[in-house]
Amino acid sequence: MLLALLVLAAVLVLSIGLGARFLSPGEVWAGLWDSSSAYYHIVHDSRLPRTLLGLMVGTALGLAGAIMQALTRNPLADPGLLGINAGASAAVATAAVFFGVGTFFGYVWFALAGAAIVTAMVYAVGGGRSATPARLALAGAALNATLLSYVSAVLLGDTQAIDRMKFWTAGSLASADFATVERLLPFFAAGLATGLLAARPLNALSLGDDAARALGARPAVIRTAVIVAVTLLCGSATAACGPIVFVGLLIPHMVRPFTGPDLRWMLPYTAVLAPVLLLGADVLGRVLGSPGELQVGTVTAVVGGPLFLYLVRAAK
Amino acid sequence: MTAVLEKRTARPIGRKAGVRPRAVVVGLIAVLGTFVVSVFSLGTGDFDIAPADVVTTLFGEGNPAHEFIIGELRLPRLITAIAVGAALAAGGAVFQSLVRNPLGSPDMLGVTNGASTAALTVIILGGTSTQLSIAAVLGGLGATLLIQLIAGRALHGFRFILVGIGMAAILTGISGYLLTRGVQMENARALLWLTGSLDGRDWGQAKPMLVVLAIVVPVLLLACGPGLKILEMGDDSASALGVPVPLLRNGALLSAALLVSFAAASAGPVNFVALIAPHLAKRLTRAPGPNLLPSIAVGTLLLTGADFAAQHLLQERTLPVGVVTGLVGGGYLVWLLTTERRAGRI
Repeated sequence: MLLALLVLAAVLVLSIGLGARFLSPGEVWAGLWDSSSAYYHIVHDSRLPRTLLGLMVGTALGLAGAIMQALTRNPLADPGLLGINAGASAAVATAAVFFGVGTFFGYVWFALAGAAIVTAMVYAVGGGRSATPARLALAGAALNATLLSYVSAVLLGDTQAIDRMKFWTAGSLASADFATVERLLPFFAAGLATGLLAARPLNALSLGDDAARALGARPAVIRTAVIVAVTLLCGSATAACGPIVFVGLLIPHMVRPFTGPDLRWMLPYTAVLAPVLLLGADVLGRVLGSPGELQVGTVTAVVGGPLFLYLVRAAK
Repeated sequence: MTAVLEKRTARPIGRKAGVRPRAVVVGLIAVLGTFVVSVFSLGTGDFDIAPADVVTTLFGEGNPAHEFIIGELRLPRLITAIAVGAALAAGGAVFQSLVRNPLGSPDMLGVTNGASTAALTVIILGGTSTQLSIAAVLGGLGATLLIQLIAGRALHGFRFILVGIGMAAILTGISGYLLTRGVQMENARALLWLTGSLDGRDWGQAKPMLVVLAIVVPVLLLACGPGLKILEMGDDSASALGVPVPLLRNGALLSAALLVSFAAASAGPVNFVALIAPHLAKRLTRAPGPNLLPSIAVGTLLLTGADFAAQHLLQERTLPVGVVTGLVGGGYLVWLLTTERRAGRI
């Protein structure tokens, strides 16, 4: 755990330090706390909100992925691949084009509703005993395609909306500011708390409904709570920075060999390491794309995709 | 519908394997439907032509004005629609049969995404429409080969599906990046292309499509159709029955990818036709196997119908056909997911 936190801290410093003017870790430290430092404004006005947003979004997506995998008992569940993030995007696109909503605070309610509907649908399709990983993934991919084609259909009539939304549809942290971070925080905190508290009951549920009931858990209540947590996490993350794939899939897979299947260990590790992937991808995008940047959604897809293919090949 | 029912009761009990009457009826009804939609589609527009006049013009006996409007302006678009619908449906039928899953269509498994990403690159670089078409074909074929290479020999089953889905996700990420690179007008063009549209298609798009169809579809029908039907029973059974499994599989996959890529090159990645048409055909004919001909008939009906609707649904402007197939397909998909899940097939 200590090592994981250290890695996270290193990525956080790197994410704040990197940019048009590179700041050394010492300068980052000074910029963070010392308002007279020359770097105070760089750090506080642009890089800190972006890093905090990445931290929250990464944690949210990773945790949501781990919880979905436990809930559907399906190792390939990922909020991006199953269309939950796309559901949130579809709702946001609707909000932007038909209702003229343009701020995070307006988006977030639509995003939550969209995520909730798709989460419920995915659970309905993938929660049964008959669903194999490939079948669930395929159903999710089909749902994803439907929703994304809806997004482009909606945006098509509105050239200005295309331009406004293009970074958002690719998945980007570039628009981060403190106002977004503050507004995301309550949703994120609620989702995080529910998700982490669900670890123990979800462990019981993994034994099957009957065994879980015998252990004193109430399956229906747990499932509802977990679906609410996933909705909060994915909906708010997508509203803030667009649909991002693979984070929720890969991190639980990388964590599991070290922690074992016990969610009380797995979920906290996932929550710490998922932002490492997201912020790492963001940093990489800023380095590779300079003087501009590659969107973090593109980098996670390009970096995470091959890892996913490797997992598929290794799984037999 | 009544014709279908009558035919079914009249069917002899000791039916031989081979041509199924029900499949023939379904196919004929779909072809008839396509013809009716085509006549209406050719007859309506800024200058309306009566259905009777459309038919006489089609047989070469109309007046010169009608001949120009239909032959030069409206027919190329219709022919493109028919050809694209047929190609997508045939490609989808082969894919679904090969991966043994009703959702395993080329739009879900990265083939179409390969074509879109390549085409998008050309659009952002400001290329011509010929370059765009070539890029789309190469992109689709390239993605298919890559997926097959990564998935290894086990083409059926979950590995191919998962690799395909992974590839689709990677390519979607790259497309998202490409979209952010374009300026406003290029983006509008790119997004229109990505939705799939038949606006302004002329003989330049229709002819290559027809040539590819004329070559690939007979190959699929004669060389692959019967083998694919047996292959659905499993690799081992098929080998034991004398089917050259690897050859058949690779050949069918490549032909299907070729069809889908060409379709994407001429109309953009029109969503869901490859997913729905074979499925609908199978449901109607109740026959095993890939149901190639009925699928093609249903696919043409679906795409011509969707294009007709796209042109006339809204009073003030026309929609790209991909929007209509996307909406219809999305609804059908949700229904499919709920019913098929109950049957345990998804």
